[in-house]
Amino acid sequence: MSDFIQPNLLPALPEMVMLAMTCLVLVVDLFLPQEKRGFTLLLSVLTLLLTVAAVVFVAPADSVSSFGDSFVLDQFAVTLKIAICLVSILVFIYSRDYLIDHDIYKGEYYVLGLFATLGMLIMTSAHSFLMIYLGLELLSLSLYAMIAFNRKSLIASESAMKYFVLGAMASGLLLYGISIFYGMTGTLNINQLATVVMAQSEQNPVALGFALTFIVVGLSFKLGAVPFHMWLPDIYQGSPTSVTLFIGTAPKIAGFAMAIRLLVDGLSELQVDWSQMLMVLAIASMALGNIIAIAQTNFKRMLAYSTISHVGFILLGILAGNANGYSSAMFYTLTYAITALVAFGILILLNRKGFEAENISDLSGLNHTNPWYAAMLAIAMFSMAGVPPTVGFYAKLTVLQSVISVDMVWLAVTAVLFSVIGLFYYLRIVKVMYFDESLEEQVTSIKQSLDVKVLLSVNGLSLIALGIFPSLLMAYCIQAFG
Amino acid sequence: MTVELSHYLILAAVLFSISMAGIVINRKNIIVLLMSIELMLLAVNLNFIAFSHYLNDLAGQVFVFFILTVAAAEAAIGLAILVVLFRNKRSINVEDISEMKG
Repeated sequence: MSDFIQPNLLPALPEMVMLAMTCLVLVVDLFLPQEKRGFTLLLSVLTLLLTVAAVVFVAPADSVSSFGDSFVLDQFAVTLKIAICLVSILVFIYSRDYLIDHDIYKGEYYVLGLFATLGMLIMTSAHSFLMIYLGLELLSLSLYAMIAFNRKSLIASESAMKYFVLGAMASGLLLYGISIFYGMTGTLNINQLATVVMAQSEQNPVALGFALTFIVVGLSFKLGAVPFHMWLPDIYQGSPTSVTLFIGTAPKIAGFAMAIRLLVDGLSELQVDWSQMLMVLAIASMALGNIIAIAQTNFKRMLAYSTISHVGFILLGILAGNANGYSSAMFYTLTYAITALVAFGILILLNRKGFEAENISDLSGLNHTNPWYAAMLAIAMFSMAGVPPTVGFYAKLTVLQSVISVDMVWLAVTAVLFSVIGLFYYLRIVKVMYFDESLEEQVTSIKQSLDVKVLLSVNGLSLIALGIFPSLLMAYCIQAFG
Repeated sequence: MTVELSHYLILAAVLFSISMAGIVINRKNIIVLLMSIELMLLAVNLNFIAFSHYLNDLAGQVFVFFILTVAAAEAAIGLAILVVLFRNKRSINVEDISEMKG
């Protein structure tokens, strides 16, 4: 019997700070009267800021692991953790007015959001199958409850049920793959897995491929890649817009982190196999996402299909299989999250008491009533379409460069072709905002708080700033895989 | 006849397939979906325990405890969502869940 060795707790300091503060928010919120609910928001934002501070405080020069090598803190994890926390802060602030207007301004939104963020932080640092699974479930369970928490909405409870069933199935598939890998390698640790798989890949290629398939299917369910995307449009449309804003941004970053930890850190020996699978998924995602988005009249649903096509692009970067590809996929994921924040943020701004803005026609004539926000949404649309000088252009460019550098020019050409198709529905939004007559109910100008307006403007302008100076963010992405 | 590892694996694979079929084919009742999800997790647990015993390694059994705990939390949330859905819809028929299309 070996002695108990105290693990090094310092690398997990951000998670501990976050957990402690989240429990505090949970308790404090119980004793607040409804009119003081703003304090919960303040405390939640403070929690996230403290977590960012803790991440910066413990950020190592190289990489440290702890808890029996199942938790790792490296440059990759540090960058993604900071990004996840900052995105969550913006989500919380943007969604406040929406929650008030729709009578769902409750502490649960923030508590569940914080627990989901905690799950995401754990996912970025996880270095064993067990840790990845627990982080993922903490994220998913919080999201299921968040979608359903507008109890009176039929469409929300329905989409929560769909998400729950498909999410649980995805976890089951992932777990089945993990169990077979465990049986073949005798370890749950990602580092040891990498070495054992190297030794086994000669003897047992079929069984390894079988297990890998389950892992990739589970992953693509969580990321929303075609053909495992069917939950995504319904969830985006059915959730309250404040929850769609959350689901559409931060969890994408965590999903990317999970893909990198599993496929690149753990199973790089099987790269030939998984890059084949990802190639099929990526092409299918870009094709189906871009083409079906054209037919949508609901803005949230259109953005869901656009997400699917962007997931295809992220997978392209991963399947290139070198540091260049991974860092460009990371850049793509981070900038996509920032862009989606602007798009959903504007949609939230348009909501008023008793009026739920979610159709594309609700945006018509936005330029006449609110030219500034129309410009912000136009920037977001241009960025998603990949038009210079927005950041989306540079993100697409680096991914395509990395794909071309591994001699898959045809894949890059396919990706560009589907992006051109995608341009149509992004530009249609711009056309509706600038050239269509505004609807009668839309004429009133936006009445939202100053802080949301300022943050949203900064957020929107950052898309152009990052497009002109991409190295501000790209430097961190390159460092993460350096 | 001795019970070997492969027997456990085949049983787990069969259970997993049944639960998968239960999710995909079932058109009647959402509660059956929840049962299928539990069955799926139990099939995975069986895999883990069989491997754990065969490899003489405890980590697999520890993993099973975590899966059981998460499955309990998942069932709680699933049933809670089911109750909310039933209040709004007055039905737990899978075919009735079709507000959104496209």
